[in-house]
Amino acid sequence: MSIEQASPNPIRLHKELAALWDTPAGWGRLSAVNHTVLGKRFIVAAFVFFAIGGLLAMLIRVQIATSQTAFVGPEIYGQIFTMHGTVMMFLFAIPMFEGFAIYLLPKLLGARDLAFPRLTAYGFWCYIFGGSILICAMLAGVAPDSGWFMYTPLSSSTYTPGINADVWLLGITFVEISALAAAVEIVVTVLKVRAPGMSIDRMPIMAWYLLITALMMLFGFPPLILGSILLELERAFGLPFFDPTRGGDSLLWQHLFWLFGHPEVYIIFLPAAGAVSMMIPTFARHELVGYRAIIVAVIAVAFLSFGLWVHHMFTVGIPHLALAFFSAASGLVAVPTAVQIFAWIATLAQGRPRYDVPMLYLGGFFFVFVLGGLTGVMLAMVPFNWQAHDTHFVVAHLHYVLVGGFVFPMMAAAYYWLPHFTGRVSDHRLSVPAFWLIFGGFNLTFFLMHLTGLLGMPRRVAFYPVEAGWDWLNLISSVGSFLMTIGFALFVVDLVVQVRFGKAFRRNPWNARTPEWAMPTPPTSYAFGSLPHIEDRADRLDADKLGAELAGGSGYLGFTRNGWLETLTVDMTSGRPDQLLVLPNQTFKPLWSGLATGAFVLCLLFKFYWLSLAALALAVASLLAWTQGMGAREDVGALPIGRGEVAAPHWETERPPSWWAMVFCIAAEGTLFASLLFGALFLWLVAPGWPPPDAVSPGTILPVLCLVALGSAALGGRGALAALTAGNSPSVWLMLACASHLAAIVLLASMAAGIDDPTAHAHYATAFVTLIYAAVRSGLGLIFAGHGLWRERGGYLSQARSLDLRIGKLWHDYSAVTGAIAVLAVFATAWLVGSAR
Amino acid sequence: MACTLFLAGCSGPLSALEPEGPSARGAATLWWVMFYGSAAIFVAVSAVLAMALFRPAPLRRLGPEGMIRWGGIFFPLSNLVLLVIAAFVLGERLLATPRDPAPLRIEAVARQWQWEFRYPDGETSFDRLHMPAGRDVDFAVTSEDVIHSFWIPRLGGKIDAIPGHENVVRLRADRPGTFGGVCAEFCGPGHTVMTFTVEAHEEEDFLASVDELGNGEGGQ
Repeated sequence: MSIEQASPNPIRLHKELAALWDTPAGWGRLSAVNHTVLGKRFIVAAFVFFAIGGLLAMLIRVQIATSQTAFVGPEIYGQIFTMHGTVMMFLFAIPMFEGFAIYLLPKLLGARDLAFPRLTAYGFWCYIFGGSILICAMLAGVAPDSGWFMYTPLSSSTYTPGINADVWLLGITFVEISALAAAVEIVVTVLKVRAPGMSIDRMPIMAWYLLITALMMLFGFPPLILGSILLELERAFGLPFFDPTRGGDSLLWQHLFWLFGHPEVYIIFLPAAGAVSMMIPTFARHELVGYRAIIVAVIAVAFLSFGLWVHHMFTVGIPHLALAFFSAASGLVAVPTAVQIFAWIATLAQGRPRYDVPMLYLGGFFFVFVLGGLTGVMLAMVPFNWQAHDTHFVVAHLHYVLVGGFVFPMMAAAYYWLPHFTGRVSDHRLSVPAFWLIFGGFNLTFFLMHLTGLLGMPRRVAFYPVEAGWDWLNLISSVGSFLMTIGFALFVVDLVVQVRFGKAFRRNPWNARTPEWAMPTPPTSYAFGSLPHIEDRADRLDADKLGAELAGGSGYLGFTRNGWLETLTVDMTSGRPDQLLVLPNQTFKPLWSGLATGAFVLCLLFKFYWLSLAALALAVASLLAWTQGMGAREDVGALPIGRGEVAAPHWETERPPSWWAMVFCIAAEGTLFASLLFGALFLWLVAPGWPPPDAVSPGTILPVLCLVALGSAALGGRGALAALTAGNSPSVWLMLACASHLAAIVLLASMAAGIDDPTAHAHYATAFVTLIYAAVRSGLGLIFAGHGLWRERGGYLSQARSLDLRIGKLWHDYSAVTGAIAVLAVFATAWLVGSAR
Repeated sequence: MACTLFLAGCSGPLSALEPEGPSARGAATLWWVMFYGSAAIFVAVSAVLAMALFRPAPLRRLGPEGMIRWGGIFFPLSNLVLLVIAAFVLGERLLATPRDPAPLRIEAVARQWQWEFRYPDGETSFDRLHMPAGRDVDFAVTSEDVIHSFWIPRLGGKIDAIPGHENVVRLRADRPGTFGGVCAEFCGPGHTVMTFTVEAHEEEDFLASVDELGNGEGGQ
């Protein structure tokens, strides 16, 4: 274990670091785990999907340009508008923001990479494979066609018997794995993987936006994932959750969907707002005004956004007083949004604003987004909503919010950060006419569409009679949409021209003061030659000076050792360095895992259920293989990190990033499980066809044994860790945990098997799924306990190196508690049903 | 001239801005209030932005905290409180609250892709709704298959037709006439053509039209 001499020569340091961090050429590109490489790939892929979604939009605008222009029948048209919405929401907006976050985040935080590079790569493959499934289905003519929010019963097997809805449910869930992976990665990275000295109140404002957005994803996506799983179970195996003839309720889907769907809007908007908060200070030549007020506002938006979902459901027959609550909450979200807007205006007022292309696009953002916000408040008012809901007024509103709140700021961001990607400065030749075409075309398309809606044109009609009087409005919209498309084409041409022919610059063309400019551009794979020590808020840096110093190796980790890819973690709040984070090398393992996961999804899609189990086993095995060779077989103790300080490698610390990742995975998993319990309760309260003929009878012996097994699994996990930290072998305890999980699986499965016919009524189906779900969690517990044994055999565990068992303990505790809740929930619903009879 | 054009732009057989009943009129009034209010807010916010860019001195005197406090909090909050209260009161007035004597009740049953209307004495009609003008009618709306939505834009707000649930919406036509109705929730390939015609009659004409339907065989 030796440290090569800290190199005073930036060139030599660069060569040493690049040799370790660079992604190999040729087929080796597929082994990339680097955030710069994967961020760019995400962005390019998302842009390709944006182009596909845009083409579908063109088809829509041709179809309904006038009452005479329909060129496809309603069946094909259903596929077109469903895919337009699905592609834009799931395959463009979310991945585009993920790409930006992956590329920028470590650079903003003064780190060399994200916390989990292989997870980034796995997320990328899940996204590409899931998206490809949807696009291939569309090319095969079997795309989803029930609208992008997939309301049941229209999307259930009775009314959509083909593969179309399965493509949506499975493909989108596949893509969502990537979104959850990114969310965990972003949260842990922001909280832990920062430059020393960057306390939580010194982070660039974008890091705050991304942290809060990612936390929203952890709690927002699980309800939709649960809904998709339940609907797929209903379609594939006849378990009723949404079927009103068997105790299900289509309203459950709407609640689950919009519990996701409304936060989703802010998940898309907030990162873009974060980009705005980065750009405005640069062009105002004044630091961001109201840094803390903005953070509070963003947190308020995050909380409020989870209380608004019912405003998508004002016409489903919910009591008026409840509607009033959601109406007020929906209006209230305007307040934190206004706080941000006025903080930006105040920043401009305090500074000496200068004009450049990103400012032009920010002007477009301001105009379009404020209008979208105003129509949003209108739609939050219940009596008006009853008229405007499901008309083109809503279509206009949502495009104002999403294009205004996401596309315009992201185009500004593209022009702002493009020099960072390419090392070349922009010129104005095409970006200005492109802006005016997009901006003019957009408003032409969507401004009058508000009126089209108020004149009574419902969403998603494939054609309309001339007597309706919507011809001229629609024709104007269609003309505008083609202008907008020409503008986007110019935008693409402009980007290509600049990437290819832009003028090279030395460093920091905008005189920005944030850490991402304190590096060579285009960035090196390791981002920073050495890590900065942040002494002040990270938007007050002299990036030029700092960049040169860091490249010279005078910061932290300005050297290489052992061929390790190193960066630092810090204490969450104070920013004191606390661990040496050693990141994994380039590897094909994420690709294999992605392919195995894809095989599993395809088996489900084509109903090869037995084969799917093999694919699932393969996927799990491939993910387990990631830990092979990670960690160390001997204790190394604290190592020098430069500037005279030392830190232990992360596997010898109590709470490294992977431990936190498990905490946040559990938070997301718990939300998924809570959504299921909510579903069971909701059906009992609201669904027609209750109570069922008989309550389930779980008995008493099996449940009691089950609780004992679950408790003993948790005991095994805790005992193993205690034994290891006391210097003894944890094997016996881990075997106890294995045996207990196995027993819990058998007991839970036999309780589930004891339910006569789960397809007969939603009561049986929810009890069945609750038990099986608990068994799956115990299955994972079995894997974690077995993994602990394997690591012990390999010699990776010691008193100091207890990470594997710490992570395992979290899961054993969690699966025991939620397993017990599952058993008790089945009892409780059985009792409720029994007493209702 | 411009005004006439503008008003003509708001008319049409399905226009929510050309109300023929109290529910639609309430929503249209709310719309115009919000429209002019929003236009004023938009102009005001744009003016503040223009000031920040070109004449920042007064804004600087207000200070950043002042701008965030007044522009970001007090200004939207005061507007919202008034608006939410007004909308709630209006919404309460439009609700189908039970009362004595109960209004005429007509059942609307949606299915792919047809509307069936059932009158109190068991008469039925398809895709053509008869109702009396000048008095409230409660429509009890449900579906036999997927979710649809019952909407007569010129009379008032829509309500979803959801299988397993029954939703009631109270509408009134001020005068006899013929209005368009549509399904507003996407319900499959036939969604586009799932329209119906509403005929609001004088009282005696209404009774005669319904009598003519007979039980379960009338209609189109």
